[in-house]
Amino acid sequence: MTATTTAPGSADTAAVRRAIADTARPARPGRLATALTFGWRGMLKVKHVPEQLLDVTVTPVMFLLLFTYLFGGAIAGSTSAYLDYTLPGLLVMSVLFTTVYSGVSLNTDLTKGVVDRFRSLPIWRPAPLLGSLLGDSVRYVVAGTVIIVVGVALGYRPDGGVGGAVAALALVVVFSFGLSWVFSVLGLLLRSPNAVMNAGFMGIFPLTFLSNVFVDPATLPGPLQAFVDVNPISVLATASRSLMAGTPDGTAIAVSLAVAAALAAVFLPVTTRLYRSR
Amino acid sequence: MTAQPALAIEAVGLEKSFGDTRAVAGVDLAVPAGAIYGVLGPNGAGKTTTIRMLATLIAPDAGSARVLGHDVVTESDAVRGLVSLTGQLASVDEELTGRENLVLVGRLLGHRRAAARARADELLEAFGIADAAGRLVKHYSGGMRRRLDIAASLVVTPQLVFLDEPTTGLDPRSRNQVWEIARALAAAGTTILLCTQYLEEADQLADGIAVIDRGRVIAEGTPGQLKASVGTGSLHVRLLDPGRRAEAARVLGAAVGTVVLEPDPAALSAACADAERAAVGVGELGRAGLGVAGFSLDQPSLDEVFLALTGHAAEQHPSGTLEA
Ligand SMILES: Nc1ncnc2c1ncn2[C@@H]1O[C@H](COP(=O)(O)OP(=O)(O)OP(=O)(O)O)[C@@H](O)[C@H]1O
Ligand SMILES: [Mg+2]
Repeated sequence: MTATTTAPGSADTAAVRRAIADTARPARPGRLATALTFGWRGMLKVKHVPEQLLDVTVTPVMFLLLFTYLFGGAIAGSTSAYLDYTLPGLLVMSVLFTTVYSGVSLNTDLTKGVVDRFRSLPIWRPAPLLGSLLGDSVRYVVAGTVIIVVGVALGYRPDGGVGGAVAALALVVVFSFGLSWVFSVLGLLLRSPNAVMNAGFMGIFPLTFLSNVFVDPATLPGPLQAFVDVNPISVLATASRSLMAGTPDGTAIAVSLAVAAALAAVFLPVTTRLYRSR
Repeated sequence: MTAQPALAIEAVGLEKSFGDTRAVAGVDLAVPAGAIYGVLGPNGAGKTTTIRMLATLIAPDAGSARVLGHDVVTESDAVRGLVSLTGQLASVDEELTGRENLVLVGRLLGHRRAAARARADELLEAFGIADAAGRLVKHYSGGMRRRLDIAASLVVTPQLVFLDEPTTGLDPRSRNQVWEIARALAAAGTTILLCTQYLEEADQLADGIAVIDRGRVIAEGTPGQLKASVGTGSLHVRLLDPGRRAEAARVLGAAVGTVVLEPDPAALSAACADAERAAVGVGELGRAGLGVAGFSLDQPSLDEVFLALTGHAAEQHPSGTLEA
């Protein structure tokens, strides 16, 4: 036992001296290990800031309740028929809204200065970005699961069963990995987390409504219908619907995956470049 | 163990612009290994931008720099393996706990889980944050956050540390602790590049100082040399009646030398080379019926050095200069 005169809550210079006297440097970790460490960081954030999850799941659940009970009868004849139609679409909406947070949390890191720490470390440079995907994927799965569970509680019974629902969720999560890079670019370009949030939702909100998530486009006027049909969110919703119904639509699934790959191919390199130079 | 080069930092003609802003307009630095080297300058002088180039966060537009013998552009990875950065914004993750922050850095630097935890606990203890180790950093005080930030820079003891305004916003006690840590680091042989806008901080810690203003080094030397280049000390006077400061300024200006009004509304100082002149000045104040609450005779402060070098005060406090 050593006597110490240091007040609690202050630095102990002698102990600092001892700590820095150890100049051993461990071998550098591999790329995968580094990315996984950032994944662990993402998980910790989900654990410490669960409000973020609440934010993103509340809106789609609200839409689920509103649309099903307010318009369901009018749009599809009965609330249960409408639930069958719209739930796979709401799954898409719920998870895609969550992708905006990838940009928001990246921007938060930048504005708070912690990115400077990461960028000054001798680590594989894309690791922070790739690692954050892991934390993101937890958020996507939670957001998607919540909407499916609420749907089932309201009487939704998809023909594809649990397998179909899991397949639909998996497809939407994979699509989100592609889309999240768009918001990462926004996160690196805009000045504040709020700006990223606003810009992100300004884009994703109308795109979601101008899709077949809520209504069958057959009833829409020509030009609008044409837009809704090519909107990737419609394609993804169609694919999700087909998987949940147990009748996979190969084309819609392939197009969704191709769009996700294209988004990643364009925006991932832009993200890494901006991350390095900002 | 390879021998360190004699110069830990060797920068020549560093330049960096952001749009039309020339943040750094040609900075040369020669920092001896093992020294605490101060980069002193007011807001917007280009301190942070210089550090960011030296720490390989951004590439210079022109010029070159070697840090611990490695080029910051072509051998940036080697540089990152030897230095640590404590940025101006505390570079810690607010949404993690203090311990998680240190374990994260330890893991990223290659420590295994158990070793990263042990090192984190050792540092948390040494830096007086062990009690708050499990709390989220966003609930930390400014002083704790700054100490954690410095601890994160020492998870693996670096050969060189960049400290960017490490005490801005800290109370005097926290500030003294940071200074103690910096001294301990230097004593252990780590080179420190310290950016600060506090003249006292550079004076207290630095072996050598570069004064920078508007992206350029305008003076360089030891604290003593810089003071000598200004050539005078000063007489500080605090009046009983702040309302008569202008009158006192006229008296001191005539009897002693160039007068500076201090931020304290009752205080003023006069450039003054020797004690006798100072005594005459205080006597003149008494003769004019100006009550004096206290007075002192100082060596020239770096504040005055800055004023003499740049023609404007280091910090934008509402003080003016009166001609004698
Ligand atoms: N990323 C950036 N984009 C645009 N301008 C910038 C950027 N970084 C710095 N500047 C500008 O460059 C100049 C120098 O900034 P710098 O941050 O290096 O100064 P500083 O000496 O660190 O100041 P302070 O004491 O306020 O931290 C300032 O005019 C600043 O506005
Ligand atoms: Mg700065």
